[in-house]
Amino acid sequence: MSIALQVTDLSKTFPVGKKLFGGARGSVKAVHPMTLSVETGETLGIVGESGCGKSTLARMLVGLLPPTTGTIEIEGAALDTADPAAFGKRIQYVFQDPISSLNPRKTIRQIMEAPLRLLHGMDRAAREERIREIFDSVNLRADFLDRYPHEFSGGQAQRIGIARALAAQARILILDEPVSALDVSVQAQVLNLLADLKREFGLTYLFISHDLAVVEAVSDRIAVLYFGSVVEEGRAEEIFAHPRHPYTKLLADSAPVVGRPLRDPETGQAELPNPLDPPPGCAFAKRCPYATEKCRATAPVLEQIGPDQRVACFHPLPAR
Amino acid sequence: MGGYILKRLALAVPVILGITVIVFLIMAMIPGDPATAILGSYATPENVAKLNRDLGLDQPLVARYFIWLWNMLHGDFGQSFSLNRPVIDEVLERFNNTLILAGSSFVLCSVLGILAGVVSAARQYGFADKAITFAVLLGISIPSFFLGMMMILIFAVDLQWLPVSGMYAIYGGGDLPDLIHHLTMPALALAVVATGVIARLSRSAMLEVLRQDFIRTARAKGVHERRVICGHALRAAMVSIIPVLGIQAGFVLSGAVYIEIVFQWPGIGRMLVDAILQRDILLVQGGVVFVAACYVIFNIIVDVAQSLLDPRIKT
Amino acid sequence: MSAFLKLLARNRLALGGLIVMGLVVALALITPLLPLADPDVTNTADRYLRPLSDGHLLGTDQLGRDLLSRLLWGTRLSLGVGAAAAIFAAVSGAAVGIVAGYFGGRTDNLLMRGVDMLMAFPYILLALAIVAALGPGLVNALIAVAVVNIPFFARNIRGITVGLAHKEFVDAAKLAGMSHARIILSEILPNVVPVIVIAMSTTIGWMILETAGLSFLGLGSQPPQADLGSMLGEARSALITNPHVSVIPGFMILVIVMSINLLGDGVRDALDPRLKSGALSRPMAATRVDRRTRPDREIPTEGLLSLEDLHTQFHVKNRVYKAVSGVSLSVKPGECLGVIGESGSGKSVTALSIMGLVASPPGVITGGAARLEGRDMIGAPYPELRSLRGRRVAYIFQDPLATLHPLYKVGDQLIEAISCHRPISKAEGRAKAIELLKSVRIPNAESRIDSYPHEMSGGMRQRVGIAMALANDPDVIIADEPTTALDVTVQAQILSLLDDLRRERGLAIVFITHDFGVVGQLCDRVAVMYAGRIVEQGPTRPVLDAPAHPYTARLIACVPELGEGKRKLEAIPGLPPSVDDLPKGCAFADRCVKVQAGCMVNDIPLERAGARAVRCLHPETEIAEETA
Repeated sequence: MSIALQVTDLSKTFPVGKKLFGGARGSVKAVHPMTLSVETGETLGIVGESGCGKSTLARMLVGLLPPTTGTIEIEGAALDTADPAAFGKRIQYVFQDPISSLNPRKTIRQIMEAPLRLLHGMDRAAREERIREIFDSVNLRADFLDRYPHEFSGGQAQRIGIARALAAQARILILDEPVSALDVSVQAQVLNLLADLKREFGLTYLFISHDLAVVEAVSDRIAVLYFGSVVEEGRAEEIFAHPRHPYTKLLADSAPVVGRPLRDPETGQAELPNPLDPPPGCAFAKRCPYATEKCRATAPVLEQIGPDQRVACFHPLPAR
Repeated sequence: MGGYILKRLALAVPVILGITVIVFLIMAMIPGDPATAILGSYATPENVAKLNRDLGLDQPLVARYFIWLWNMLHGDFGQSFSLNRPVIDEVLERFNNTLILAGSSFVLCSVLGILAGVVSAARQYGFADKAITFAVLLGISIPSFFLGMMMILIFAVDLQWLPVSGMYAIYGGGDLPDLIHHLTMPALALAVVATGVIARLSRSAMLEVLRQDFIRTARAKGVHERRVICGHALRAAMVSIIPVLGIQAGFVLSGAVYIEIVFQWPGIGRMLVDAILQRDILLVQGGVVFVAACYVIFNIIVDVAQSLLDPRIKT
Repeated sequence: MSAFLKLLARNRLALGGLIVMGLVVALALITPLLPLADPDVTNTADRYLRPLSDGHLLGTDQLGRDLLSRLLWGTRLSLGVGAAAAIFAAVSGAAVGIVAGYFGGRTDNLLMRGVDMLMAFPYILLALAIVAALGPGLVNALIAVAVVNIPFFARNIRGITVGLAHKEFVDAAKLAGMSHARIILSEILPNVVPVIVIAMSTTIGWMILETAGLSFLGLGSQPPQADLGSMLGEARSALITNPHVSVIPGFMILVIVMSINLLGDGVRDALDPRLKSGALSRPMAATRVDRRTRPDREIPTEGLLSLEDLHTQFHVKNRVYKAVSGVSLSVKPGECLGVIGESGSGKSVTALSIMGLVASPPGVITGGAARLEGRDMIGAPYPELRSLRGRRVAYIFQDPLATLHPLYKVGDQLIEAISCHRPISKAEGRAKAIELLKSVRIPNAESRIDSYPHEMSGGMRQRVGIAMALANDPDVIIADEPTTALDVTVQAQILSLLDDLRRERGLAIVFITHDFGVVGQLCDRVAVMYAGRIVEQGPTRPVLDAPAHPYTARLIACVPELGEGKRKLEAIPGLPPSVDDLPKGCAFADRCVKVQAGCMVNDIPLERAGARAVRCLHPETEIAEETA
């Protein structure tokens, strides 16, 4: 198996607040140095709650945001310029809000043609041909091409967004909450389409979502983010069934499941630490029932704990 | 809060400096020679050169700017040649008169404008809304100087209710009732346009706020509709109305120029127009910088009011 | 474009403005061709002729010049100068605004500081200074007015551009390989042009006024040439003796500016998409009720709260959206009823109809009753409805940031919930508010009471929302997707809080959601909605374990559940029908695998059998035998 996407020590720090004179007042680490790899043909799920840095990570991976530190390698070649056009041919992005990712004043054809013309320099006939192929594979009718985005439902618009990403002929897709704006009945249609496309074109996915059940249903491996860091990484079928990090367990216990009695899985506050003044140790320590002095003083790093599992915790939960 | 005010004041310093630079540069573009303008075209070259030296006009541009700035910081805005008195004295006296006119107009247009906007929004598409909308349209379309002239024809000439012009009666006036008697027409004429603009904006701000979820929450709690409109909605709408009040204050101050001409009000606008026609550069410079600086200070007050209203603004 | 013209034409005032404006412009264009006297030829013998004099239709001015001719030539000049100033200001202002807004950062800072500097002047001071420097004259007045108006356009357009530059379609364009210049031209500009047009159409009248104003002051057009402003200025000295010389040009300015403003408003309304749908109308205090038949005011009912055959519609232009068509349900004290459905199924509208909170216009309750202990609340007079709201029936809404007032402290909002139903002293109110915050497990309630909503996290805000609902010990709480905007760990806390509260206080809860997991954990009974109707109803477990309606079954199947690993999902093909164009018979028929010819003929009744009910001719399971 070859590595499709390798991320090493990638981090992002945003300056916050401006002083009257001089530079920023403080800084927020949205993504702490993070190392991840995705194999060709694999789906890596990224799951986390709001404020965990998952969208910042995604935007760095497609070159829309220059990273503060670290490197991105795609199929063995480093991409160190924050130039979306250079990224565009190799890695593409499917947006969360399908409607606002389409320019309301352009026809679908104009939207589809841009990557073909600008990234691949195709002539008119070749573009026509290619657009028809892509539309076939995402189950869209060709007569949609001359319509405007507002004429489409969320599910259709998301198919168009996926079609546009495919048009760039990138082999890696970053899917940033691609179904969270859709109704459940449509959500399943889009998820199944994504699975079919992956098989058909041999794609690699990075699937970002806050919905545990959705991530589990589509991913091979899953990384759990908390406060800008990966706290646990493992196989999809294992990670929520047998979590080793207390936060993963909390997530799994919080998900509403029919038949499971309702109880508050944690007592006390469920608030993230202040990003302007992060704690020195583990960010989860304040909420963690197992936290010790060590946890509060030093931050744990991600360590191999099983054949396919990594966890950043001094006191991981016992294995099965 | 105190810190916020200080910060805003500190930020005003570069703005006021910028204003002086802009005014100075614009005035430096004036072709010809002020000394010739002052002395007339029959002056001898020696006299012109001497006056230029006295006025510091033989210095390079940058030096002239700093001399002018330095003197202003010491309260010396120069001498007006057309009036033959210190610029600052004239400006202060005239600005005081303008403040009386523009200030009363501003209060009038703020109160009437917001009131009309709230009524209009609360009765959307009703009779009151339609009447107000039409009145507002008329108000923002009529040139204030034309309106002033028509008011003179109707209220002063025809009905003889109010004096034609001036600030005080020539004989025997000078007290407050006399001032109010003279002020009524110009203040109303000046307020009309701004009232229209504020009413329009207040209406749309109220309509926007009334569609918000928190209004539904207030209604779901059982809050009385009167309080929903005049409390919850108006307070939230004020967040977008207050900055417009700040801008409109500038418009009222600007409109005062026309009104002062029409009603012979001895304000700073009339002074400036006369000074321009007489090419009294120091008087124009001094007047513009002074009024602009006051306007900057006024806008700081607006910002502070805004921050008192809206806790989301970091103080 | 034709749609735009149609919208414009529908607006009668704008059409009037367009016609008047068209006439004035046409007159101005053909002025040189008309058989008019020379506007600048003086004839002091014929000074101040009254209108309708021989050879001078509008009379003459102080120098005996023909007023009609001067008026038309002046109009021509004023229009031309105003339009030129507007175009100049719009183009340069928009260019500054787009560049500043798109690139942001230092470019933005530099450009906008400059613009702020211009804005720091009351505009006329700047105009006067510019005219003072360039000297009086019409072209110089034009430049002054244009420069003074640049900041307005720059700021406006920058604001729009900043919003657009962060839109996802701009990111998508970058990823499609577009350069900055191309993005500005092909992605940003087409979206900004309508705003520029709106800004121009609403300011061009203003600019005509301004140039006329400078001419009025004697700083614009110089004699003998005259625009409308200088005509008025010259006539001023004879205002009292010969008013017609002033009135004629002044009235012309008024007509021009007013027709431009009418037209400008029409253009704005036609181009602003929010106005197209009528969305800018404000909701009234209570939903409009227009029931064909009036149900009995009071009848004994079983449940605490019961809906009978509720119909709520949205009337937008000439379309009727049947959001809720015939919903009946009831809830007993201490019971939690879940109402589940996808977006557009009518679940939220059902909930909001109960207390008349559906936004109206466009909402109308067209039939049915909502009874609290048997008394119908729909169509109850406003004072009665108001006194029930929050006191006996309370609501919890979805997004707690949007649903709390941003400018009031949470404590004050809580106290208000009580004080609008019974008088309460300040100290008592505060004590009660603290008690309420404690009851929803907010830590440090004593200090939290003085926080503003934006200072709290989403979960804390929703607790405040719940505390507010509890303030008057209501009998029924209607919770409209209260946890949808929250993170999953926070959702678990809020759900368990709600569950505890209802058991402690014997509350009846109507819980609106789209999540089967939440229903399964919290609700005793569930009603499934589709296209404005209940398609299935019954005790939660039996419905979830053995759904009877094919829609319920398919919907449950397509939601992945945690703990089942990677798998292929069951999808429902197609889309729900639009509620303004519902098919005959079963609304789900065209997506249903069990559909038969009979499904699409007549309305299908909700068949009851014991505790369960289903609206289907060919249910998945027979519900008749499992009477509970």
